[in-house]
Amino acid sequence: MTTPTVAPAEPSAAPSSAAPASRPPGKVRAWVTRAPLLPALIFLIVVTQLPFAATLVVSFFDWNALYPEARTFGGLANYQEVLGDAQLRDSVLTTILLTVVVVLVSLVLGLLLALLLDRRFPGRGLVRTLLIAPFLLVPVAAALLWKHVLFNPEYGLLNGLLTWVGGDKPPQPDWIASMPLGAVEIALIWQWTPFMMLILLAGLQSRPADAIEAARIDGAGAWQIFRYLTLPHLRRYLELGALLGSIYIVQNFDAVFTITSGGLGTANLPYTIYQTFYQGHEYGLASAAGVLVVIGSLVIATLVLRVVSSLFREEVRA
Amino acid sequence: MSAATAAPPAARGAQAPPGAPSPRRARRVNTLLGLLAWVCALVFVLPMAWMVLTSFHSESDAATNPPSVGASLTLDGYREFFGGGGGPSPWPALANSLMASVFSTLCVLVLALPAAYALSIRPVRKWTDVLFFFLSTKMLPLVAGLLPIYLFAKNTGMLDNVWLLVILYTSMNLPIAVWMMQSFLAEVPVALIEAAQIDGARLPTVLTRVVAPVAAPGIAATALICFIFSWNELLFARVLTGVVAQTAPVFLTGFITSQGLFLAKVCAASLVISLPVLAAGFAAQDKLVQGLSLGAVK
Repeated sequence: MTTPTVAPAEPSAAPSSAAPASRPPGKVRAWVTRAPLLPALIFLIVVTQLPFAATLVVSFFDWNALYPEARTFGGLANYQEVLGDAQLRDSVLTTILLTVVVVLVSLVLGLLLALLLDRRFPGRGLVRTLLIAPFLLVPVAAALLWKHVLFNPEYGLLNGLLTWVGGDKPPQPDWIASMPLGAVEIALIWQWTPFMMLILLAGLQSRPADAIEAARIDGAGAWQIFRYLTLPHLRRYLELGALLGSIYIVQNFDAVFTITSGGLGTANLPYTIYQTFYQGHEYGLASAAGVLVVIGSLVIATLVLRVVSSLFREEVRA
Repeated sequence: MSAATAAPPAARGAQAPPGAPSPRRARRVNTLLGLLAWVCALVFVLPMAWMVLTSFHSESDAATNPPSVGASLTLDGYREFFGGGGGPSPWPALANSLMASVFSTLCVLVLALPAAYALSIRPVRKWTDVLFFFLSTKMLPLVAGLLPIYLFAKNTGMLDNVWLLVILYTSMNLPIAVWMMQSFLAEVPVALIEAAQIDGARLPTVLTRVVAPVAAPGIAATALICFIFSWNELLFARVLTGVVAQTAPVFLTGFITSQGLFLAKVCAASLVISLPVLAAGFAAQDKLVQGLSLGAVK
């Protein structure tokens, strides 16, 4: 994984060899070059890595904050309990389901919208701006909008629209109660589709125009161009969108907290950890679950880093 | 293939292909697809448009089925939100959010700019490895460090303190900022810097006269994106603040279980609290993708 340093021969961004060779490249000099980096590096290690190390330590203790005297070393007991606990296992499943559905659906919708926007038509800039808007609502605000203003069974907009078009006896479903996870997913898909669209649109616009032109002159149809030129070019942008989306959705707390408060089988891992620690005061247990989440995200993270590094290397070489 | 990447993306979409059967038909398809794009955009933005409209309705008009679209407009929802009806005032929460977002963004700039400099203009050895280390810290789920941070805050008396959020939001945004700024600083032509140095310009002059003008728009966009993420954050704010340091998203969670007629107020509250993010997002629109994709997509 840590091999993005295949030394891009003479990267435009790295003029190190161009530095005047008059001064001796001693140790002092190396530290002078490094100095600007250190504050950020040290700050980040202290604030992000230390707490995680502490979480790792706490995860081995049997520690409930309500009984601080009863804190004992428990070894892997917390992990056993986490993996054996039906509620926690359910929340793992919920997390996976939520992430996969939201990422896939918003990726497909985002691709369709990006394809529609990748052509000239009147008001294109305005359409783009309108489409971005849902992404720029504060997440809690967007979740409240769906929970109260759209999904409400009595006076929400969705059932209001059904009354309009539904004739004499329009169906008036209780959206959140009948499909709690679906409700959370819809709200998240609505917010994340613009994100996918933006990434894919950037991908579409970086297509080599003359290759497509050449294919067109050779008589390739729109579908053939899409299938054999556009899609392969978009592959890494699709990967990037999917992986970054996963990173953000796996960690989602706001929508679950707001729309269902984790009820009705919608509690995902971040919510369950929050609850175990904040309401259950089970510090050891919450930490073990946290460590498991980290291990899970490391898998995604490795993939993300690989995609980003391949895009990045291409960039440096160009 | 690789030689083609330099071509400007000018000739795409609109013009009819040379050998196409009928340009008129192609034009009609194009018009239809443009129309479809408009329809999609309108459907997509409908919930938000409805939110804006509802926020200007009276509470009784907001809670009707079927919806009363043409009801008379009023500012009552906003008056109610700002504490007119005796509810808690949102101003302290808004001030806290503003403080946490602005100060953490400033801290990010102070830390990220020198780091980005050491990763682009005068790079350290193995600078790509360092860059990827920054990125990898972003992949750690926030929730995994929550408990130790809570315990630390509790034992040092930092609970319910905006400055704790400033520190945490700085660490949350620092990796993205370093990535973005690295790519913006790398755009400064090396020849330009060398020419200035040959002319005898010292480092501060080079930074303010040569680097800053080229990189400024990117730096501004980075700052706006950091601002957005800090303003939106809920989990840390919810766990680590209470009465005094409550932020705007935490204030919004007060509406989760509200009963009775409050739709106009919720809509007004959601809009007002989202307004800074909407403004910052539209201002940074062109660089938004780059920030969100951690600099991987330009």
